[in-house]
Amino acid sequence: MNKDQKKRKTIIPVGPYHPLQEEPEFFELEVEGERVVKLNIKIGYNHRGIEKLSESKHFDQVTFLVERICGICSTSHPFAYVQAVEDLAGIEIPERAKYIRCIIGELERLHSHLLWLGLAGHFIGYNTLWMWAWKYRETVLDLCEQISGNRNHYAMMRIGGARRDILNKEIDELKKKTATLTSVLNMFKGAVMDDPVIAARTKGIGILTKEQAINYCVVGPTARASGIDIDVRRDSPHNSAYNLVEWNVPVLPDGDVFAKVVVRILEMLESVKIIIQCLDRLKDLKEGEIWNEVRDIPAGEGIGTYEAPRGEVFHYVRSDGGNTPFRHKVRAPSYMNILSNEVAVIGGDIADACITLAAVDPCYCCTDRIQAVENRPACPLRQSSSEASHSSGRKLKYNWEQLLKLSQEKTKRILSIKNQVSK
Amino acid sequence: MENKIKERLGNRVVNWEKKNERRYYIEIKKEDVEEVTQILFKELGLRFSIASGIDTIDNFEILYHFSADNEDKFFSLRVKISKEKPEIHSISKIITAAKWIEREIWELLGINFIGHPGLERLILTEDWPKGVCPLRKDFTNEQRPEKA
Repeated sequence: MNKDQKKRKTIIPVGPYHPLQEEPEFFELEVEGERVVKLNIKIGYNHRGIEKLSESKHFDQVTFLVERICGICSTSHPFAYVQAVEDLAGIEIPERAKYIRCIIGELERLHSHLLWLGLAGHFIGYNTLWMWAWKYRETVLDLCEQISGNRNHYAMMRIGGARRDILNKEIDELKKKTATLTSVLNMFKGAVMDDPVIAARTKGIGILTKEQAINYCVVGPTARASGIDIDVRRDSPHNSAYNLVEWNVPVLPDGDVFAKVVVRILEMLESVKIIIQCLDRLKDLKEGEIWNEVRDIPAGEGIGTYEAPRGEVFHYVRSDGGNTPFRHKVRAPSYMNILSNEVAVIGGDIADACITLAAVDPCYCCTDRIQAVENRPACPLRQSSSEASHSSGRKLKYNWEQLLKLSQEKTKRILSIKNQVSK
Repeated sequence: MENKIKERLGNRVVNWEKKNERRYYIEIKKEDVEEVTQILFKELGLRFSIASGIDTIDNFEILYHFSADNEDKFFSLRVKISKEKPEIHSISKIITAAKWIEREIWELLGINFIGHPGLERLILTEDWPKGVCPLRKDFTNEQRPEKA
């Protein structure tokens, strides 16, 4: 590479902060023209030392601590944590608690996927989808509030069972509300699967092949959209009710953004099925029997996993016989999934980078601070003369709004071509 | 899978601990880590879930957690590393997904990974003092840098 070629390197930094992001991340897109050739990812902006903190809290307090790792997966972390401690101490939980755990876990998956679906729609300029998805997400959050008292941070998990009961007299109403979601989700299914523009913007975009997916050890919908048939709920149903109800794991082979959208939508329909069955079973069980008394946590080590909306969340707990964990390791699903962007985004258009990076649902929604720094004086990307007035040949190219516009304009362009063809 | 692993690893196993039907802890020597990872990940097709580094006060320990998803089993490789010479061979060349966690263990516990493609800070801030490893048990509050 000679000096001139080196100068041609254009870098688009994406991140790290934005009000929509729950995990600040920093993506450095290296582009040639409009093609992405390299991606550097930096994380750590939101490091709070939770693993260290956990060593200074007693076992029951840690349940609340890990709930605060993430607002969206606020029941997945405690779910995996209590599984880890139960594995350590060999604790079994009552049947009623199993159903309660699953109900709250699936409600969380529903609201998380709806949030993502709305954002994905927004990224490609399909704002109707965005508004719909977030409107019906409210129904789910209302259900969460009715059960736990909170829209997020439910505090329903407890070592040895569930912390709060679901009242039998409320079950019919909860069921009715949940059932309304089926028709809504079917509407989304139609809106996404039959829409030619969504297909044009997401099919064949950001492909993660099965081989890459295995090597990057991705989990959750990202893995299932690349043809890897894994789901912790089905594969490891210990101390939960997933083996007691009927449901399926949707798997698609394509690995592109479209497959990831479809997997999530099909998954939501399964979630509704699970919730309704669990609520039905609760009615036959006696109220109040929701936890087994746990006195001491012996020395030892345990592993707990749960299928969070984004994939397997992993907790490892070691105890030395005291009342605090000796070591507590937490691995969230995005930790594995985000790194796979390193290959998925390469070779694509920058207008597609937005949706590709968002497709693994990395709690990433981009930032106001996205801007291209241009190194060379002449560039095909140059837009207006006013921007060229920036000094020393380095100038800001795109901010987040412009990139979003770029993505949405591409959709409009495709739409107009399609209209012309159909005429 | 249990028998397959036992057979393939042979005398590389220092200690085989079956905690319950779903959890296995296999201790190996640190020199064998690359070879054993190759067998578990490439040959037997286990999924690498994560690694966790621990300061056990006497020494360091890294657990490499491998999951056999269709059997609902976790096989965790246990490697003990002395405090005098905290280093081990990197497995990032075999498993790309181990890149980040090795960087994390390196900065939080100060264990060096030989042959890692880019051992840089992952989650600590740039102004965190060098050589201060917050996840070590001898880390004290006084070692914390002042807030910016």
